[in-house]
Amino acid sequence: MEHPVISAASYVLCHTPQMVRYGSKPSREIAKDGQGVADRIGGALRSFDDAVAYPPNQVFIGNTSPADLRERERPWWRHPVADASRFSSWGEIMPEIEFLGLLKAADQFDVVHLRADAASDIQQALKRHPLGLAVEAERVIGVPPEKFDHLTRQPGSLPLYLDGYSGPVGCVLVGHDEDTNLVAHILLENLATKASAALAVRHLIAEHGLDPASIPYVLNCGEEAVGDRYQRGGGSLSKAIAEQAGLTDASGSDTKAFCCAPAHSIVEGAALVQARVFDNVLVVGGGSLAKLGMKFRSHVEKEMPILEDVLAGVAILIAPDDGHSPLIRLDTVGRHRVASGSSQQSVMQDLVRDPLRRVGWRFTDIDLYATEMHNPEVTEPSGSGNVPDRNYKMIASLAALDGEIGRDEIAAFVAERGTLGFSPTQGHIAAAVPLLGHALRDLKEGRSRRVFFLAKGSLFLGKMTNMSDGMSFAIEGREKPSD
Amino acid sequence: MDLEDQGLLKRVIDEQGTENVIVVLGSPDEESARVYAETVTTGDPSWAGPLAGVSLRLPVYHILEDEVRQEIDPAVYEEHVAMMEMVLDTPEITKAVRDVREKGSDLD
Amino acid sequence: MLRGKKAIIIGERDGVASPAIEACLKTVDTTAIFSLTQCYV
Repeated sequence: MEHPVISAASYVLCHTPQMVRYGSKPSREIAKDGQGVADRIGGALRSFDDAVAYPPNQVFIGNTSPADLRERERPWWRHPVADASRFSSWGEIMPEIEFLGLLKAADQFDVVHLRADAASDIQQALKRHPLGLAVEAERVIGVPPEKFDHLTRQPGSLPLYLDGYSGPVGCVLVGHDEDTNLVAHILLENLATKASAALAVRHLIAEHGLDPASIPYVLNCGEEAVGDRYQRGGGSLSKAIAEQAGLTDASGSDTKAFCCAPAHSIVEGAALVQARVFDNVLVVGGGSLAKLGMKFRSHVEKEMPILEDVLAGVAILIAPDDGHSPLIRLDTVGRHRVASGSSQQSVMQDLVRDPLRRVGWRFTDIDLYATEMHNPEVTEPSGSGNVPDRNYKMIASLAALDGEIGRDEIAAFVAERGTLGFSPTQGHIAAAVPLLGHALRDLKEGRSRRVFFLAKGSLFLGKMTNMSDGMSFAIEGREKPSD
Repeated sequence: MDLEDQGLLKRVIDEQGTENVIVVLGSPDEESARVYAETVTTGDPSWAGPLAGVSLRLPVYHILEDEVRQEIDPAVYEEHVAMMEMVLDTPEITKAVRDVREKGSDLD
Repeated sequence: MLRGKKAIIIGERDGVASPAIEACLKTVDTTAIFSLTQCYV
């Protein structure tokens, strides 16, 4: 059987401390408790340099490996990477000043406005960007102070801030006077996703020397809902992202399944390539504004900086077999079936055991499992524990229940076939795909032979079913593992 | 516990009362199990939500506790919970909930 | 202890989800009056 390949992946983080206030949790708490909460948030934000040097962020953009985290002392936020760089061969960590420029450039409806003095600085910053974001920079035009003040006083106008500038440097206006789905907050959420996803695509194109017109189809796996008063999530961001990133020949659609949408998208994209419907498919996901500062209370209580201060973006290119890139084994696709119910055990059987059995593999035939890669330093303070570690233990326990390993070998299985979490808690982004870049590198360099990806989505949050969802697949390298 | 969820919970208690009501948790670690257990016994320990200062004194259990397990049909428990008992730090989590219950619940 | 009681179930995605707890409690005739699964990621 032929299989498609994953030929490239890119990763970006956009550091947006001044947008933490617009995360769902912070904005609800500020609305209730007012300035006190806003001040506590303001006092716990990180500088750009701190975000760049934060060890998990360096792993996310591929400058260091997940294994490197094991060697680092915790808490990681107190132990920055000494030679950290904002750029990597997979992408970058972008400062807020540049990201505001991308937001402005992503807006085609005049809802984002920037104060003239800040706009000029933002434009200069974008012009210096190595990707050559000249088209974006040209769109960064500010408004004079008097007009700007007037805009910030419009009903529903949402102010934007920037470290080092006093007062608002920008604002987002409502998209429609009576449309609750086009309020400024929702437009900011969607523009932030569009801009961060498009940045990831730009990096992918640049780092791999691709022709932007060579990509016919884009699947967006982000969780943001684009729509209007008639269909709150009926729209699509994929084509908007494609346009923003200059993919002139592309169309696309969005795949929704909460956190497991990336896994669904990769399988769908692989199927479209395998069936020769399209020459290749680009899976993209942008950042989730709503998740910024989700656990800020615990971080502030424990006197840590608010670590949920970055928007993440990914782009993954699926192509026909090129003879050297790792294969997506379509015969190993696992899905969480309705009949499986909600027990973790049956979910894991559907997602891991059954697909492995189908191709005659054992749990130990997989060198590395890519599960929900949430950074434990973000989740532990709020009592959610270490999410990837727990997932690895579930897989190992299932292997033990099946008698493939002994119960006393669970810890060793986890240590050998698992890795530390490093992803920001950006919902879909954290679900398995952050490890894809590292997996591609390991598979190409022969350090592993098979990596298994599984993602789960909390469908019950939308109150339409009590079920969760899940999707999984293996990717396989071409080299034999080195001894 | 999330402030909104405390509000939901408070509404249910206001409607149903506390008589014959128990709470069963599925929290994944010791700290969150303790916070949830305290919220439904002595009140929200963070003093931020609608259950702050509200002493419900409900009998609270964790699904992983032995005494809970013993009552449940073993086949159903095996199917739905057994694997998580291996995965989670069961002794720590169940001890946390038991401690809170013994101090703060009105038991039968 | 559990039999015949009315239960408030607070499950968690990363621990035991509420439908799984509910399935267990059904075997002792415990009725769920409130069932919630938390998700913090």
